Amino acid sequence: MSASEQELQEFRAEVSAWMQENNPADPGFLLPQTFMEVSDDQQLEFLREWQHKVWAAGYLGMAWPREYGGGGVDAKFQSIVDREMRRHAVPICFNVIGLGWAGPLINDIGSEEEKAKYLKGILTAEDIWCQGFSEPDNGSDLGNAQTRAVRDGDEYVLNGQKIWTTMGNFAKYMILLARTNTETARKYDGLSYFLSPMHVPGIDTRPIRKITGEFGFTETFFTDARIPADCLMGEEGQGWRIAMQTLQYERGAEAGNAGGLAMVRVTIDDMIEQLADVTRDGEPVLRDPIMRDQLVQAIMEEKALAIGDKRAHIGPLTTDYPGSLPLSRKLRASEMTRHMRKLAINLQGAAGGLYVGDDEVRQGGFWQRAYFNSFSATIGGGTSQVQANIVGEHVLGLPK
Amino acid sequence: MSVVGNTALQFSEEQAMLLDVAREFCRDKSPISSVRAQLESAAGFDQAVWDEMVALGWTGIALPESCGGSGMGVATVVPVVESMGRAMLGTPLISTTLAGQLLLRSGAGDSLEPVLADIAAGSPASVALLENGDWGDERLSCHVDSNGQLQGTKKYVVNAAVAALFVVVVEHEGAPALALVRAQELPAGAISPCTLIDQTRRAGNVDFSGVAVPREALITGSAVASALRDFRLLGALLLAAESTGSAASCLDTVVDYLKTRKQFGKLIGSYQALKHPTVEILNAVDSSRSFIYHAASLVTEGPLDKDTEIACRMAKAQATDTLLYAGDRAVQFHGGMGFTWECDAQLYIRRAQWAQQQFGDAQHHRKRLASLLLDS
Repeated sequence: MSASEQELQEFRAEVSAWMQENNPADPGFLLPQTFMEVSDDQQLEFLREWQHKVWAAGYLGMAWPREYGGGGVDAKFQSIVDREMRRHAVPICFNVIGLGWAGPLINDIGSEEEKAKYLKGILTAEDIWCQGFSEPDNGSDLGNAQTRAVRDGDEYVLNGQKIWTTMGNFAKYMILLARTNTETARKYDGLSYFLSPMHVPGIDTRPIRKITGEFGFTETFFTDARIPADCLMGEEGQGWRIAMQTLQYERGAEAGNAGGLAMVRVTIDDMIEQLADVTRDGEPVLRDPIMRDQLVQAIMEEKALAIGDKRAHIGPLTTDYPGSLPLSRKLRASEMTRHMRKLAINLQGAAGGLYVGDDEVRQGGFWQRAYFNSFSATIGGGTSQVQANIVGEHVLGLPK
Repeated sequence: MSVVGNTALQFSEEQAMLLDVAREFCRDKSPISSVRAQLESAAGFDQAVWDEMVALGWTGIALPESCGGSGMGVATVVPVVESMGRAMLGTPLISTTLAGQLLLRSGAGDSLEPVLADIAAGSPASVALLENGDWGDERLSCHVDSNGQLQGTKKYVVNAAVAALFVVVVEHEGAPALALVRAQELPAGAISPCTLIDQTRRAGNVDFSGVAVPREALITGSAVASALRDFRLLGALLLAAESTGSAASCLDTVVDYLKTRKQFGKLIGSYQALKHPTVEILNAVDSSRSFIYHAASLVTEGPLDKDTEIACRMAKAQATDTLLYAGDRAVQFHGGMGFTWECDAQLYIRRAQWAQQQFGDAQHHRKRLASLLLDS
């Protein structure tokens, strides 16, 4: 399995050439920066075609088992592909909930039937996946989810409402957290986990317009919707544990992601590059001492995180609070991104006040949109405030 | 090339071993009661503990074997200093190590072997650099006059009272040079002790005027300027390592209190107003630790390159801000108790204030980082 350095080098060259060759031309319409803003069928079909092409070339799910559509090779190969995708700034592989969350979960704890049924469709983008965790009244307090699933013969009957369902209107399947028992002593023990179909009577979605002006999320309503009983993953009452495991994949604390570029990469270098012609007090903005200091701090934040990722693998340097680096990562990375994008608009001067649609907005409003979108990472998957609780309680051992 | 640039991180067997040994040694020899016992002593440290550190070979870690050192480089001093910082153990190890590095890099060659051998053998040394409160001012007025005598006063010379050797940075024929002065050569009353905000340390102003410097005790040449630059960077790195260790134990102190103190019927650590900033301290300590070991991965025996300069400056900027924040919050989170002499939070907030200035504060380094990162 293990690959030689030379083999990896050759592979990198091959992938680079492929990306160069196959990177689609500008389609002439706005492309999503993340999988959370797929707004219409035109975007969906473009991204579906692209992901399928990447998979068909053998560049997606490379570490997943061959029998389920994967490549069956060392994850190092996928890392190379992911890096090359970023480097060539190709479109995203948008089926992220399948590729990054549901897929690894099914791979790790799913039955043979579940693996055979679901994994390949995730990779080919034939089957779009969505996630039904958050509810209007239970966002951060996920353990209190109230959507009901009641067993009735060979079926479960679903009633309730989910919110922030990314691509709910396009998805074929949902990873669903629902309450099968309202009588348990601990609220968590009444939850169960389902791999639910979306295209059944009684499941309806309504798109939500986001702060950026785009769409991408839906509300999802369940009204006496009937799904087969074998959609239950694991056993009744195991929902909370499985949901927590899902979040580990989502937060990058657990390996298994199929790979692919999940969002358009925005680096500090890109931010600096866009500023070449911006002035402040009549001088280049990059000469301004206050702004320089802000940029240095942003660079340091990113660099500390990158070095920290390496330190996490050096045992003697992580003895104080084991787990602090991986468990803090989502909090730190998402907040860093938000700071950086906010700064990017600040640095633009008066033109920072323009938005997507204005002829003179810098880079089509890329940074304004990117800043607003960065909140999806500081809110989704557990808000930064909940993340800080998790780190405080699980890493530092502070009381709840 | 990205502005984020080099993110190398290596950690050797030697570093791991030293970290292990030093953590345990410092924990045993420098419990907080011992730290407090030294706050008002003349030397500021326990001679017996220092003797043991010398016996362990720590003064020679970064010196070549030909001088009685172990030749492992400054990279291996970092885990030792971090451990000392953690235990708030104040000894002349940092100043002695840095004096050794300045001499070793000064281009003076074999003639310095006996001096370096003394340092490796545990003779405390200190570099006398500052003439005012400005770490960014490289001008020097201290010099050797036409009679071969030093003229000038150096400020805030660390461990002046115990140093056996001073490396005095002087101006000589328009360039920096190093004058070696033995403690016994100083006239009586040359050292005026400073009262420092951090009572775990000692420093003094030293008037070197009138001390004769024979030609062989004056190191000149083009390598001196480069050695001084590297000395400042390595000083920043070791202070960053020490501050990181101190911030880590400050965090432990805060966490312990938040887990035991109750108000309004609840452990105060359950309040997010205290919990979340404590997580920020943790994250800041994590960043500091990542930076110091990244910088340690890059330091070389020869002149330090640009990536290493960036790494050392980032380490100091980060560790300084981390310890300032940790110490400040430690006092606040201990409530009324935090306002007292008895509370250990005072040790950290005081150290933070001294350490931030040493080898340049965060703004000093970020200003230089801006040029290194944005003007290429």
